[in-house]
Amino acid sequence: MEYLSLQNIGLVTGFLLILIGLYGALTNRNILRIIVAFTIFDAGLNLVIVALAYMKGRVAPIIDNTTGLDHLSEKFVDPVPQALVLTSIVIGVGVTAVMLTFALRMFKTRHSLDINDYKVTKW
Amino acid sequence: MYKNLFIIILLTGFGALLGSFLLTHHESLSLPDLPAYYADKTATEVGAANVVTAVIVTYRGFDTLGEVTILFVSAALIAMFLKHSKADLRDRNPRPSSVILSTAQKLLFPLIVLFGVYVFANGHLTPGGGFQGGAIIATGFLLLLMANPQAEFRHGLLNSVESISGITYVVIGILGAVIGLGFLDNRFMPLGELGSLFSAGAIPVIYSFIGLKVGAELSNILHHLNEVQNEE
Repeated sequence: MEYLSLQNIGLVTGFLLILIGLYGALTNRNILRIIVAFTIFDAGLNLVIVALAYMKGRVAPIIDNTTGLDHLSEKFVDPVPQALVLTSIVIGVGVTAVMLTFALRMFKTRHSLDINDYKVTKW
Repeated sequence: MYKNLFIIILLTGFGALLGSFLLTHHESLSLPDLPAYYADKTATEVGAANVVTAVIVTYRGFDTLGEVTILFVSAALIAMFLKHSKADLRDRNPRPSSVILSTAQKLLFPLIVLFGVYVFANGHLTPGGGFQGGAIIATGFLLLLMANPQAEFRHGLLNSVESISGITYVVIGILGAVIGLGFLDNRFMPLGELGSLFSAGAIPVIYSFIGLKVGAELSNILHHLNEVQNEE
């Protein structure tokens, strides 16, 4: 039962999402599907970071009547990873929007979303 | 064939890496020094009930300025790539959206915007803040576009809301440096009572402007994508 803690559940789910996203990005040929795979990868990474900051028996870092004002560092989970994940989510939104825009432009020039039709930058 | 083999090797290797991390990892029992400092000192130093907000807007405010800049750059990139001709948009007569959607849009749009404003105005007290509130406002605009794909936003208004809030954010940061103790310091305004709406110095003001800016930027992105769709 030691392995069935809330933190491990979060970590395992996040790792699975990362692997699914990586698999999808490597095997799909449709550009839109690759973008969706990147989004799943992103969600997995965010989940892992938040799960790493979790500590058993502690509450979210918001001061209210139940937490009081004393010894807060013994009652709160780590606030820094949560702040970082907020930044990461926002940047993920921006990157996804730019990727979708590129896909739109590519479709307009060649009328194809198959990655194999674009060989100019292939290594 | 080699490609498939390569993918399998990569995935199993990566999975083994993550799995070994999972098996050797132990839950930490106490906070490291820096987060412990944030947790203990936020109430007296910053005056915000939400420690995450205090970290984002004040302790690491400079990072948030960079984050806002990244969002701005991606919105500008999208506007540049999706330049469109305004020629024959009016002539087309698309199928009108259903009664349910258009009625629900009329009813829900003000409520969604109000909820977004609530979320970013209370960012220093409850889970939420400028980015979340801005995203909620943008969903309101998405509903508007779904109900009426031909809708014309006033680009000038959205752009001026965005630029004015961005400039005000930087000006407030400089004010913190001039009057207070450093760039983006929130203590040049009174801290107020912990947990009330007008508390935590400049944090609610900064987060409101971030919320307006993010909402206007995301709405602009949605509108650009929608206009390209109309052209096809």
